[in-house]
Amino acid sequence: MPKLSVSHFEAALLFALFSSIVLGVVTKKTDYERLRYGIRCFAYFVVALFAVGWIMYLGHG
Amino acid sequence: MANGSATNSAPALPRSWVPVVALAWLVPGGGHFLLKRYGRGGLLLLSVASMFLVGLMMRGPMFHPQGGDLLTVIIYYGGFLGDLASGLLYLLSVWLGYNQPDVAGHVHDYGAKFLVAAGLLNVLAMVDAYEIATGKKN
Repeated sequence: MPKLSVSHFEAALLFALFSSIVLGVVTKKTDYERLRYGIRCFAYFVVALFAVGWIMYLGHG
Repeated sequence: MANGSATNSAPALPRSWVPVVALAWLVPGGGHFLLKRYGRGGLLLLSVASMFLVGLMMRGPMFHPQGGDLLTVIIYYGGFLGDLASGLLYLLSVWLGYNQPDVAGHVHDYGAKFLVAAGLLNVLAMVDAYEIATGKKN
């Protein structure tokens, strides 16, 4: 099996993508609502990723 | 009459939720396939299997049950249960000899988390399949 080497950012984006798909599929009632929820979850993941990244950067001094 | 035709058009549900949840554990999305939710089952299979495979490709170590202080027990038993929740993906990788030692490095560390997260996402899929099988959800 090939070895995968990714940065923190790429790993977090992959994690956000797969998690958002599952969260979108298992919630809501219609396909449209599921799609919207999945996209919204992914957007929240990315926003949180940048926010926590900046907090760590600034907190590190 | 209208109600009868609407009922007939809905996918038939199995009698018991047990085989649905068992299949959902073994094969991610399998419970949804059994309930004839092919699109959602396919997406779950794609996501959980991809998450697990990326974890393997990152050479993430599997958790093994380990005793010690309370925090160690929670982390290692919890991680083991998370790995095990991936079903056949976990069983196959262990049977085929995957045994990555826990080494330093952020990629290995992410790999371990991806493997556990794949199992936890599969738990969500199992709960969803259970709710569909019992009629709590369409």
